[in-house]
Order: sequence, then structure tokens, then C-alpha cells
Amino acid sequence: MNDIWQGLAQAARLIVARDADLIEIATLSLQVSLGATLVASLIGLPLGAWLAINRFRVRRVVIATMNALMGLPPVVVGLFVYVLFSRSGPFGVLGLLFTPTAMVIAQVIIITPIVASISHQAIRDLWADYHDLLISLNASRTQRIKALLWDGRRALMTASLAGFGRAIGEVGAIMIVGGNIDHATRVLTTAIALETGKGEFGMALALGFVLIALAVLVNLTVHFLSRTERGSRW
Amino acid sequence: MVSTILPLTVENIALRRRGRRILGPISWQLGGTGITVLMGPNGSGKTSFLRAMHGLERISDGRLHWSAPIDQTRARQSFVFQTPILMRRSVVDCIAYPLLLDGVSRRIARDRAAEAATQVGLAAMLDQPAQLLSGGEKQKLALARALVRGPELLFLDEPCANLDGRSTSDIEKILLAARDAGTRIVMSTHNLGQARRLADDVLFLYVGQLVEFGPASRVLQTPATPEMTAFIKGDLLP
Amino acid sequence: MMLKSLALLAAMALGTAASAEEMKMAVTTSFANSGLAEVLLPEIEKDTGITVQLLVVGTGQALTLGAAGDVDAVLVHSRAAEDKWLAEGNGTHRREIMYNDFVIVGPSTDPAGTKTATNATDAFKAIAAAQAPFVSRGDDSGTHKMEQALWKTAGIEPVGDWYRSVGQGMGAALNTAAGMNAYILADRASWLNFGNKADLAIDFQGDPALFNQYAYLPVNPEKYPHVKAELVEKLEDWLVSDKAKGLIEGYKIAGQQLFVFNAQPE
Repeated sequence: MNDIWQGLAQAARLIVARDADLIEIATLSLQVSLGATLVASLIGLPLGAWLAINRFRVRRVVIATMNALMGLPPVVVGLFVYVLFSRSGPFGVLGLLFTPTAMVIAQVIIITPIVASISHQAIRDLWADYHDLLISLNASRTQRIKALLWDGRRALMTASLAGFGRAIGEVGAIMIVGGNIDHATRVLTTAIALETGKGEFGMALALGFVLIALAVLVNLTVHFLSRTERGSRW
Repeated sequence: MVSTILPLTVENIALRRRGRRILGPISWQLGGTGITVLMGPNGSGKTSFLRAMHGLERISDGRLHWSAPIDQTRARQSFVFQTPILMRRSVVDCIAYPLLLDGVSRRIARDRAAEAATQVGLAAMLDQPAQLLSGGEKQKLALARALVRGPELLFLDEPCANLDGRSTSDIEKILLAARDAGTRIVMSTHNLGQARRLADDVLFLYVGQLVEFGPASRVLQTPATPEMTAFIKGDLLP
Repeated sequence: MMLKSLALLAAMALGTAASAEEMKMAVTTSFANSGLAEVLLPEIEKDTGITVQLLVVGTGQALTLGAAGDVDAVLVHSRAAEDKWLAEGNGTHRREIMYNDFVIVGPSTDPAGTKTATNATDAFKAIAAAQAPFVSRGDDSGTHKMEQALWKTAGIEPVGDWYRSVGQGMGAALNTAAGMNAYILADRASWLNFGNKADLAIDFQGDPALFNQYAYLPVNPEKYPHVKAELVEKLEDWLVSDKAKGLIEGYKIAGQQLFVFNAQPE
């Protein structure tokens, strides 16, 4: 319990002092996780919507696979990306290993199935609801998809935020492909792992509180910007 | 109107679900003016028949002949469902949506939607989320949306099934006004009183078959079939 | 192709073009945890203009990273593994830089009586005889290899409830030992820097068998042409310089010198 108070106090100290290292790793955490969320949303949201409205032969297999991939252990993804981007791997010439780019790629693989699954579920429910109306109003295929994406935007945002949540708290994959290099690829989660390893529980907890605060801040900002939680609006 | 989609000739149509025939074969002609009321006990096929004419059901046998090319028919008819399907938007945006589909600019669409909302008595709640309306208001919204494109033909599936007397009366007034403005209306109802108040024609369905069709004054006073007779008397049909 | 374009996209977004004066070096956890890196790296940057990016891993993984060409040099402490790695053509040569020593950390009450042991082997024998809880790194690191060598010399096959192999880094293993109040073999630097000592203390130290030699191994540029051989060489020259000697031997924690500089001039 004492450790927790120490952690909180230390977190406050770091923030008040605008600790340069803290700002650096927190900024990189945000850049990597938001970047991964952006790419995963660009892939996952349309994929989820597409799976919801189209009927094709292997649809069930695709959906089941996607749901299973949600549980991918980050360490396995990290290892996979490491092998691909290692100098002795197929993409080694790009020289991306131990860079933030490699961390983004690993996180995109981890969170795209989550974004796609949640958006698929949401759009499927909305489509079941709107189906007769949109057919009756003679909406074209494009108009139908537009209406579903627009009216489902809140659920789609939830899908993206769920992806972001997993990304910002992820450590297994980015530790392997990023390497936790000071001033280069160190982010909050890998720094926490490092401090824990040094037995510096107070510092580790402080960084943990910063991480939580950051995640909450991002969620609040998104909700504020999209005004989803305001009054009786959607 | 330049050309008309009516009359609609229904030629021996039938619907099957999992191989079992649930409607038809029915032949009928929908033309003229006024309000046609579909009556019949539960499961007699009223909803299926309305949906089939509107193009929401795949017809297993038979054909529908519209008087205009098929690509022009869809935009000139609309449908009001028993349980209103409302988009997750404000009242005015829900009503404006069909106009947006036609390429009307957002500003003009919203103006016309506001006008339509006023006509059904929703002027005070334009910016409210549609999902938060009461049951009667929801159905009025659905009606305003169905009328906003000025359809030639309007289908309604038991529009007052779950409403109180006040809302029912409001909706009937709107329907009569639409009829007087020239909209051809086909609706189903359970309610004999409503049929008496609104119907110009009555069409009686029983076990998926068209049993009786004729002017309301005649059918409701002196039915020609034992099924219709029993239904009007309030007997329970097997 | 998809991955490649995505990667490029992300790279542009993040603006992570590597500068010419950066090199990557894989080092062992014990070196990084000692805190010495934080003293040396800024001086290296000042004197040579090289930004050294450290990948802190176990000796086994450090050598694997070098063998895959993912780092430019490695700094590790496990002679046998280093020689094997060199024989496989992964590096150009091995340069000894400095050594530190291992200590046997355990409960301050020393239930196995290791304090009176004459050498490290006897201390290990005492722990095994008492069946006192012992935490092993179990991660193929240099420390783990040293521990295995000591058990072998003692003629003991460490098995049983008292022997816990955790498969983790030095810090995590120390946390485990602190939680269980168990014996553990640790490098002195990691121990002195460790913040969660609980009831643990150094029970045995000083046997030359516990000395821990660090060596610098450049990755073979003939195998991986992208390796920054020039920077690697400049760094080596700096690491064996008198400046480095002064910094390394002057580095103290709690008044104790941790490392002994022993690089030989070429």
C-alpha cells in the first residue's frame, strides 16, 4: 500500500516538474499507439462494415478467424514481426527493427482484429435494424454503407478506442520489436517493465499512473470532440 | 405527375418460406384512388402481401406489373412499418433523409423536412433524437418521412396497432389529408372501427388467400363470404 | 508489399529517419542495471559524436541479435558462448574491457551458513545441503551460465522444491528472491542498485571464481554490410582508453567500486 502512495506522489512530482524523460516516453507512447490505432481503424472499420453487410461463402470462417485473432498473445506478434524485420529476415533491408515504425506495425497486427470485430458486431446490429427501411427508401449500396457508418459512428469510435486501449497498455510485442532503447524506442509500458526489473516499484507505479491518466485523457478528448456523451444526443 | 406507376397488376403471386406457401396465389389490381384497407386475422398474410407489393419480399411465383418502368417505381412509393424503424438521428434529419437520397441539398431537405414535421404535429421537437419520442410521435415521424417525397402510393402495415385513441385519431387525420391530396393508400388494420372510418375499399385475406374485395360500404355491411361475415361479427375464425 | 507501404507511411508520420552517427549495441541486463551506462553514454557522445542505442537483454539474446545483424556490436560476459559465436563467423574479434564480480545474496540470517564457506563452490554445496530456497535466472544469461558452472564444479544437480528457475532477467529474479527470502546469484552492480532488497543481504563474496569478464564483440561487417563498422571501431577505441578506465574505476555505488578495468592495449 505504501508503494502505491509513493507512486502517486512520484507521478505528481514528475508531472509538476515536467520531467524531460517522462515527456519524451509519454509522447512516444501516444505517437505509437495513436498511429497504430489510426492504421488499424483504416483497415478494421471498413473491413468490419463490409463483413456485416455482405454475404459470401467463407464469411463465417473469416469472422471466426478474426475473433480468434483478438486473443493473439502480443509476445507472439512481437516475435513474428521481429523475424520479418530482422536484418536476416525478408524485410531486413528496410532497417525498421528497433524503430517506432516497427512498434506501430506490431500493434497494428495486434489491434486490427479487435477494431474489425467490434465494428462488425455494431454494424451488423445496425444493419439488422435499418435493413427494411433502407431497402424501402431505395437507398443505393453506397448510400446504405454511408448511412450505417455515419449512424454507427459512436460504436465505431468505441471500436477504435478499444484498439487504442489495448495498444497503449501493450508491452510484450513492442519490447521485442522496439527494444526499449532509451531516447529512441522507450515507451511507458517498457519503461515500467524496466523499473520493475530494477526493483524501483515507486517509479514503476508512477509511470503506471501516468499511463492510466494518459489513456483516460485520450478517451475523454475523443468523447469531447465528438460530443457523444453530451445530453440526449448520440 | 408526369406519368403514373399505377395501376399495379398483381398476377398470381405467391410467397414461400422454407418451402411452405404462406401467401397466394393472389391476383388483384391496384388502381384508382382512395384508401384500400386490408383485413384478416393474424397470419392471414396481410403484412406479407403489403411487403411483397412494395418489393421487400422475394416473390416465389407470379409477377407484379407496374405501369411505369421498374426503376421509376421504387422512388414513387413508400412504406410505414408497424414498429417504426427510426434512424439514430434527430427528428428533422430522419425526415430529411429520403430527400438526401434523391440528391436534394441538405439545407433544402431540412427545410422541407421541417415543413413535413409541422404538418404531422412534430414542429416542437425537430432537434430531438428520434429514438426518444413516444410511440405515437414515432409513428407520426415515420408517416412524415414516408410522405416527404410526395409518393404516389403509400403502404402502411397496421400503423396504429400499438397506439392510444388520441394518436390514432391524429394519424387517421394525416392519412385522410394525404388521400385528399391524391396519394393512393393501401393499409392493413385489425380494427374494424378504423376500417369503417378510413376505407374506400376493403380487401379480406384469409389463410393467405384473397377471399373478398369490394367497396367498403358493401363489404362491411353485407359481406359475401362466410369468413368475412364471421370476422365482422367478431366470431373467432378457426 | 502492403506491409512495406504501411511501414513507409508510418515512418513518414513519425519522422524516424536514423541519423548517421547512431549505432546499436546489445548489452547484458547486469551492465545496464549497474547504472554505469548512464555515466559512459553521455561521455561517449561528447568525445566521439556517437549516439549509442542500448538494447538491454540477456547474454543469449544479445548474441542472437548480433548473429542476426540487428545490432552493430555486443557487450556481454560469457566466455564460452562468445567463443562459439565468433567461431560461427558472427563477429570480427573479442576485446576484454573490464570485469565485475558476482555475489551470493540470501536471507540476512543465512540459514544455510554460506558466510563461513571458504569458496563459492562450498557456499553452493551448503545451500544444496540445507535445501534452502534458491532462485535461478534460468534464462540462458551470463549470470545463469555462471551459476550452472558453479553447480557443476560442486558436483550437484540442482533439482527439488528448493530450486526455483524463474526464466527472467536479473531484476525480476531478485524481486522473486526478495519475495521468497531465497538465495540467488547476482552481479554486484545489479544488487547494489536494486531497490527492493527486503530481508536479503550479501552472504558470500570475494572468490575469484566469481569474477565476471565483460567483452566487446563487433558484428562481422562481411556478413552484414550495413553494420556501422567505422563507428564500432571508434567506440572500441574509446572503451579501452584511459578516459574510459578513469570513469569505469571511478564509478561507485554506496562507496563500493563495481568494475575493474582490464583492457589490454593492442
